Amino acid sequence: MNDAIRTGLRGLGQTLITIGVVVLLFCVYELQVTNLITARAQDRLGDSLSRGWAEAPRQGVPGSGVPGQPPPAQPVAAPALGNAFARLYAPSLQGFGSRVLVEGVGVEDLKDGPGHIPTTALPGEVGNAVLSGHRTTYGAPFNRWDELRPGDAVVLETRDTWFTYTISGSEIVAPTAVEVTLPVPRQPGATPTKALLTMTTCNPKYSARQRLIVSAELSATTPKSVGKPPALQGA
Amino acid sequence: MYGWIWRTLPGGLPGKLVGSVLLLTVVVALLFLVVFPAVEPLLPYSDVTVEPGPAQQSAP
Repeated sequence: MNDAIRTGLRGLGQTLITIGVVVLLFCVYELQVTNLITARAQDRLGDSLSRGWAEAPRQGVPGSGVPGQPPPAQPVAAPALGNAFARLYAPSLQGFGSRVLVEGVGVEDLKDGPGHIPTTALPGEVGNAVLSGHRTTYGAPFNRWDELRPGDAVVLETRDTWFTYTISGSEIVAPTAVEVTLPVPRQPGATPTKALLTMTTCNPKYSARQRLIVSAELSATTPKSVGKPPALQGA
Repeated sequence: MYGWIWRTLPGGLPGKLVGSVLLLTVVVALLFLVVFPAVEPLLPYSDVTVEPGPAQQSAP
């Protein structure tokens, strides 16, 4: 009888220890391994982006527009789902560097990097370009997005252009607040006149209770032939 | 359970040690490559987009 109890208790103890070790390993996976997965994806996407930009013929090359006039504003071609199409810079956040943006905000897209909601405006376009990114795990691109203050710059680099957006504000909303992604946020049916950028991530960290929304407005459009925009100089 | 595994592993002490390491490697690999990626969507912190409501929870 005593032996049976002892065996049962030993089994229980081993089971509990095993569960504890598995949970710890899961923390290691979430906090470390997912970052490695994303870092590798970012390297791969960054390479393909640079290669694509170098190979593809530039839009608005001399001769394609009216002679003697500057080439027309250059729309960014709609990228394919899952593809890299731009780089994101947040010069006010020390150590952020840049991240490759992917098209799409599916689970797998966001493992590669911050994503762009396909139905929303493209960088530089009039309307509301909406980006979503992880706050924690998978490289946590928007981890410090709560530190962005009005007046800070966020820059999107496309093949031909730097688009500098200036932060106008941030807020905490419910997870269902889709109205912030409208072309004119919170005004269904309104015709957009400004090029806005809205970035969403989860809030608080490690929770899905709320969303952190950071809003910005296009403040400068700099052709790459001119050089880096002021926001990135000295960085 | 661990006692039974240790007793069952063949090859004396060296064999038992090698067998233990192999078993541990297989288990950890299974956890990291299969179990954890499968469990992860059940956790809340991948939800970074705004969604119309509880009816459409498929995207994060």
